[in-house]
Amino acid sequence: MADNIAVKVENLTKGFPDLKVLENISFDVETGENLVVFGKSGTGKSVLLKCIIGLMKPEAGRIFVHGADVLNISIKELNEIRKNIGFLFQGAALYDSMSVRQNLEFPLKRNFSFTQKEIDGKIDRTLELVSLSEAVDKMPSELSGGMKKRIGLARAIITEPQLMLYDEPTTGLDPITSKEISELIINLQNHLKMTSIVVTHDLMCAKIIADRAIFLRDAKIAYEGDIESLTNSDDKFLKNFFSFDLIKES
Amino acid sequence: MNLPRLKFSGKLSTSDKLYNFFATLTGLAIFTTEFFKQVFIPPFEIREIKKHMDELGVKTFGIVSITGIILGLVLTMQSQPVMQRFGASDFLPAMVSISVVRELGPVITALIFAGRVSSGIGAELGSMRVTEQIDAMEVSAINPFKYLVVTRIIATTLILPILTIYVMVIAIMGGYIAVIIVENMNFAYYQSAVVSAVQFGDLIPGVAKTFVFGFIVGIVGAYKGYSTEGGTEGVGKASTTAVVLSSLIILIFDTILVKITVWLWPTI
Ligand SMILES: Nc1ncnc2c1ncn2[C@@H]1O[C@H](COP(=O)(O)OP(=O)(O)OP(=O)(O)O)[C@@H](O)[C@H]1O
Ligand SMILES: [Mg+2]
Repeated sequence: MADNIAVKVENLTKGFPDLKVLENISFDVETGENLVVFGKSGTGKSVLLKCIIGLMKPEAGRIFVHGADVLNISIKELNEIRKNIGFLFQGAALYDSMSVRQNLEFPLKRNFSFTQKEIDGKIDRTLELVSLSEAVDKMPSELSGGMKKRIGLARAIITEPQLMLYDEPTTGLDPITSKEISELIINLQNHLKMTSIVVTHDLMCAKIIADRAIFLRDAKIAYEGDIESLTNSDDKFLKNFFSFDLIKES
Repeated sequence: MNLPRLKFSGKLSTSDKLYNFFATLTGLAIFTTEFFKQVFIPPFEIREIKKHMDELGVKTFGIVSITGIILGLVLTMQSQPVMQRFGASDFLPAMVSISVVRELGPVITALIFAGRVSSGIGAELGSMRVTEQIDAMEVSAINPFKYLVVTRIIATTLILPILTIYVMVIAIMGGYIAVIIVENMNFAYYQSAVVSAVQFGDLIPGVAKTFVFGFIVGIVGAYKGYSTEGGTEGVGKASTTAVVLSSLIILIFDTILVKITVWLWPTI
């Protein structure tokens, strides 16, 4: 496989009892590319991300991350791959028995051998990136929904992984913060050459970050291309999906 | 590790319930096997184990203290008239202490512990499961089973024997209080009566089985929590069924262990 492919999904099929979620999905993400995944609620976007990171086992298909066949390797090898992947959960999934600082420290202390000073430095810098330096000693229960999301983001990027999987990074944030987060994603791409797969409904965010987008519908990739071609499409369904934005612009 | 999924949606028919019963037993067996597979592999997470033991100790200290005192009081007050009728009042300390050490102390402490702790573990791990915190650990390349489950089970297994010995002491003290309410007996006499009645052979099986009970509390709570499905409602269910199931299994194992003890120490 070519070196410039970070993630390759081949004929992925995943369902639940009485429910087809993904059927025969194939796509590639190049190294350093930001791929946006669109789709109506319940079409399987989160499921797709979870398959890529190995949290869910698909019924069929193959998934390669940085060349490794993640469905057919040992848990030990999979964990080596995972150390290089950041995952932002749709619900942030902060460890609620740990403070913000401990949440951020956790992956660093467990998987890497940084000194405490280096760790503290990383925590300060990462929290600054998500504009939440003041929350460092708070517990997750003391944070608002949007703050949780940003801490979740900080926890995912603090290890500077080469691949980031974002599940709705800007949902629940105000437009300004949402724009800041989108710019942060672009910065990570530029500075760390990070590859990203971003699930989002937020068109502004997508417009800022997307190099390319795919659109899931009825368990398939219904559309694929750059953002302009999707938003300017004459297709009735797409027009309808992006119509909120069209009203605003016209 | 692939745990069987229970049926939980809607109204369950009898066959569904039967299915769930066997699925739970299978799940527990798989879970226990996984525990023994992982417990001997480093890292041992000593710090986590210590933290959980501290928490468990603090959490249950009050309730087991009260239980211990009352156990001693009630047992003595209940037996006193009968013993007196047979002119065997002198045997009261021996009778109370042997009952407490061999059977009542371990079982009652274990049941109280199960009520307090396996529900707690079930709820804690259950809510971590439904809010994807366990998944988050997994994607961070950290083994959640080892970090969350193994440490808790070791902690419950080690702390329950300590609590039980404490309850035994407290209950025997409670017994003394009950004795001096009705008759005059000095503490030195009571003490020497207890010490000469309780032999090491009584203490060993009594304490040994609490390791088993502690393990049961940990494994059932962790299994129920770890396999939680169905959102917050599932968390509630996990924590209540953990108590029922662990208490039941403790009683079943107690019956078996009593039989084994009698067989191993036939003289007493
Ligand atoms: N663990 C599960 N068990 C059963 N069904 C599931 C499970 N997880 C997801 N599903 C189903 O799979 C489908 C896709 O879910 P998914 O969470 O991927 O949607 P989504 O595209 O991320 O939606 P949203 O934008 O609302 O987050 C849904 O219909 C959901 O009911
Ligand atoms: Mg989703």
